Amino acid sequence: MVALTPISRTEPSFYVSVTAAFGAFFGIFIGTGQGSLIAGVLGGAILMAVLALVLTKVIKNETVSRWAITVLIALGGLALAGIPGLLIGIFFGWFFGFLIFWLYEGRYRAKIPPYLTPMQVLWHFAFRTICGAIFVFLITPILVVMPLSFNAQDFFTFTPEMLRFDPAGYSLKHYEDFFTNDAWQDAMKNSLQIAPVATLLSVAFGTLAAIGLSQPHVPFRRAIMAVLISPMIVPLIISAAGMYFFYSRVGLQGTYIGVVLAHAALGIPFVIITVTATLVGFDNSLTRAAANMGANPVTTFFRVQMPLILPGVISGGLFAFITSFDEVVVVLFVGSAGQKTLPWQMFIGLREQISPTILAVATILVIISICLLTVVELLRRRSERLRGMSPA
Amino acid sequence: MALSALYPFFTSLSEQTCGDTMTDAPTSQTAASSAAEARISDAAHTGPMLAADGTPLKKSLNRALRLQKMRALALIAPLLIFVLVTFIAPIADMLFRSVENEIVSETLPKTTSMLAEWDAQGTDIPDEAVFEALYDDMFFAQEAKLHTRLGSRLNYELTGVSSLFRKSGRRVEDMGEVFQDQFEDLDDFWKTGENWNSFMASDDWLAQMDGWKKADGAQPRFEMRDGIAQTLPATAAAYARFADFIQYEDGDNLYKEDPWAIMYSALHKDLTGENDLASYTGPATEQLTAAAAEAAGFETVNYTEAFKDIDDDWHNLEVWQTIKVYSPTLTNGYFLNAIDMQKSVDGVEMRPENQQIYGILFWRTMVMSIAITASCIILGYPVAWILANLPTRQANLLLILVLLPFWTSLLVRTSAWKVMLQQQGVINDTLVWLGLVATDDRLALINNQTGTIIAMTHILLPFMILPLYSVMQTIQPSYLRAAKSLGATNWTAFWRVYFPQSIPGIGAGSILVFILAIGYYITPEIVGGTSGTFISNRIAYHISSSLNWGLGAALGAILLAAVLLLYYAYDKIVGIDNVKLG
Repeated sequence: MVALTPISRTEPSFYVSVTAAFGAFFGIFIGTGQGSLIAGVLGGAILMAVLALVLTKVIKNETVSRWAITVLIALGGLALAGIPGLLIGIFFGWFFGFLIFWLYEGRYRAKIPPYLTPMQVLWHFAFRTICGAIFVFLITPILVVMPLSFNAQDFFTFTPEMLRFDPAGYSLKHYEDFFTNDAWQDAMKNSLQIAPVATLLSVAFGTLAAIGLSQPHVPFRRAIMAVLISPMIVPLIISAAGMYFFYSRVGLQGTYIGVVLAHAALGIPFVIITVTATLVGFDNSLTRAAANMGANPVTTFFRVQMPLILPGVISGGLFAFITSFDEVVVVLFVGSAGQKTLPWQMFIGLREQISPTILAVATILVIISICLLTVVELLRRRSERLRGMSPA
Repeated sequence: MALSALYPFFTSLSEQTCGDTMTDAPTSQTAASSAAEARISDAAHTGPMLAADGTPLKKSLNRALRLQKMRALALIAPLLIFVLVTFIAPIADMLFRSVENEIVSETLPKTTSMLAEWDAQGTDIPDEAVFEALYDDMFFAQEAKLHTRLGSRLNYELTGVSSLFRKSGRRVEDMGEVFQDQFEDLDDFWKTGENWNSFMASDDWLAQMDGWKKADGAQPRFEMRDGIAQTLPATAAAYARFADFIQYEDGDNLYKEDPWAIMYSALHKDLTGENDLASYTGPATEQLTAAAAEAAGFETVNYTEAFKDIDDDWHNLEVWQTIKVYSPTLTNGYFLNAIDMQKSVDGVEMRPENQQIYGILFWRTMVMSIAITASCIILGYPVAWILANLPTRQANLLLILVLLPFWTSLLVRTSAWKVMLQQQGVINDTLVWLGLVATDDRLALINNQTGTIIAMTHILLPFMILPLYSVMQTIQPSYLRAAKSLGATNWTAFWRVYFPQSIPGIGAGSILVFILAIGYYITPEIVGGTSGTFISNRIAYHISSSLNWGLGAALGAILLAAVLLLYYAYDKIVGIDNVKLG
């Protein structure tokens, strides 16, 4: 974004007091950590005010000043709390160095409209801070799980060794447990046996139906749609209870086929939604042209329609796969010990707190999710490109 | 989590115009066909317009349309059948279970039909005839081991019935032995199954059974001797049930099976009551006549007293009232239970104050879902705003931060929250390290409502952000600037201009989050403890632990009704039809 507002250096009364306010705020944490709140607040405020003045009025050179403050605060952190303190100190040093010059040079005004009042400028940044905090809320749980999975202890929290970045505090033993423990390996195998078959069923039936639903004249389209989407809307516990009763009656409860059928039913809405979304942009004159040139419906489907809607079909399939791969409620009821899947094993582990192997599994699953997310995103773009190419 | 497939779904809000592509097709077709009609009519001028093959054009077009419809349906049919069988049928089965109550009248057929005439409001327990019927029913039930099932069924309604039935099942067999001993003392003929079969079974059957062994395959089905049912009605009825049970439940050789004690009490009843033994001419006439002469002098059993001997509770009015109230094959009892009411002889009434739990649970589920939805709005609105107002490149990067948790396994996120919220967890440790919380005064963030609300807000937040984002993308920023240039303050411009335009997004997101929240099971189960659980957890408890399936099904039916209502609302606001077009 280009600069909107001409900027100029600000008065010391402004930038020194704002920096002091930040210093006071972060001083609270250091103060309470060291036992005295008031000392922390006052110390933080005074230290930062003095630093701001010294850096801008005495040293003046920005690069030198920022290195100086970073090193200074980092050393302070090291003295107070060791290695973790050093890292936090480096971060704060960098932050305050940035903050002081950002305020002093007036850069904070550069990218916001010139007509905003000071209060509006304050709100602008406060709002971004709030949003930043919400993003942190969204992402933290995932970021916390990853380092914890390398814990050398059987704890669900950071040990002092981990915080000191002592290599002895880290190990791969939970991963080792995952790859050598029979219970986990069986669960993994079951998951991998159930999900692909369920996916195949959902995709085969779902794609066919999605093509049917996208025809111009479909009687009862609304009602059919409502029925087909319902597995996604009905609470899982109700689906699970119903399937448990019904599948026991017909002898499918506790069998591999029962679980596969149940998961296929749950995956269908996702296939329907993604494939019909892809078909919206599909140009029907292409199939007519193919027919015109003598292709029979099957050839037309595989040679003309299928390649164009393939991205949608694949992402629908991935959704169906992850639905089955992630599903725990239905399999708890419909399956028996022989169909224990990965999520089921994790669920047991969480309820009974057996071992932090769960965290290692969780990390592996997060990595799988990232891969799938990337694939789906790429497919979506490709699909849009394909649709853009075909004449609308 | 996989529900992220909804992403295309959300974009539907902003792309509703896409729906037009669909509706365009028929219009252009009609336009084309009317042009064709015009051409044909130009050529022919008279008579109905004809298609190329000579049929009237209207008919031919109709046929084409019908063909198109059939083809579409044929494509949909396999999936529709699949979903109906694997998903809708189970749900229907569950709904049926919430009202089904055949077990009482199936296990105690005679008793329940006799009880129909009993005045439940009175102060007297049923008369001897009912107790005799109960003896009959209980005898067969305990042979088939069904009495304990019925006991646990009725125990849901009246505590203590389960042990009463278990106890009675063990001792009801002894009651008939009084007669058995007397008959057997009278004549050894009555001791063995072969002798009984000789006059109860038809000659055909006896001939077939002669020399039959298990290895010969299926046992010939028992046939009653002609006329024996008129001569000895009670015995014949009892014997028929006995034969059926031995042949098909136990799979034993009926011919060699000694009869149960109940046959002797039935025979005694027939011989002392009205019978036309005088005209009976079949086998064992001699023994029957002899027994008939002696039977009147036999020691008899007073069933009313005999049951009282087993347990005083059989003379407890409440037990009989419960059996009578729950004898119909369909009951609304489970539903009444699910809303803290109960059935009694005087009609429907509220349960005692200290037994009312489901009202509180439904209320809690509602309140917590509303709290979760509200916190999702509060946290989701600013994020959606910033995503919609940043340049595309930055917005896409930030969108990944929203989509990543969305794609991550639900259990991963739940375990992350469990790790973070524990007493010795990451959040408490950090707070202690910062000195904001004393070590022995750690916050209770998990196993209560706080835990459920925090974790579920995180899990459902993307479902709020994405629809809000897609609606906000369509709001022109120039409106806000125009409002400000006309003198509106920041707040007025937002509240009077921007906010009203974003309401559809809030509506769609809220319904979605609320629907998902009220049915949640896994997360409350793991982080909710006892005070933070939902109605779903109770349903799961009834299905897998307490085995009160009917009540679980009734609770599920109520929850399902609530969800379907919201689903309908979502359909009206966002449109299921638009969903697929997004």
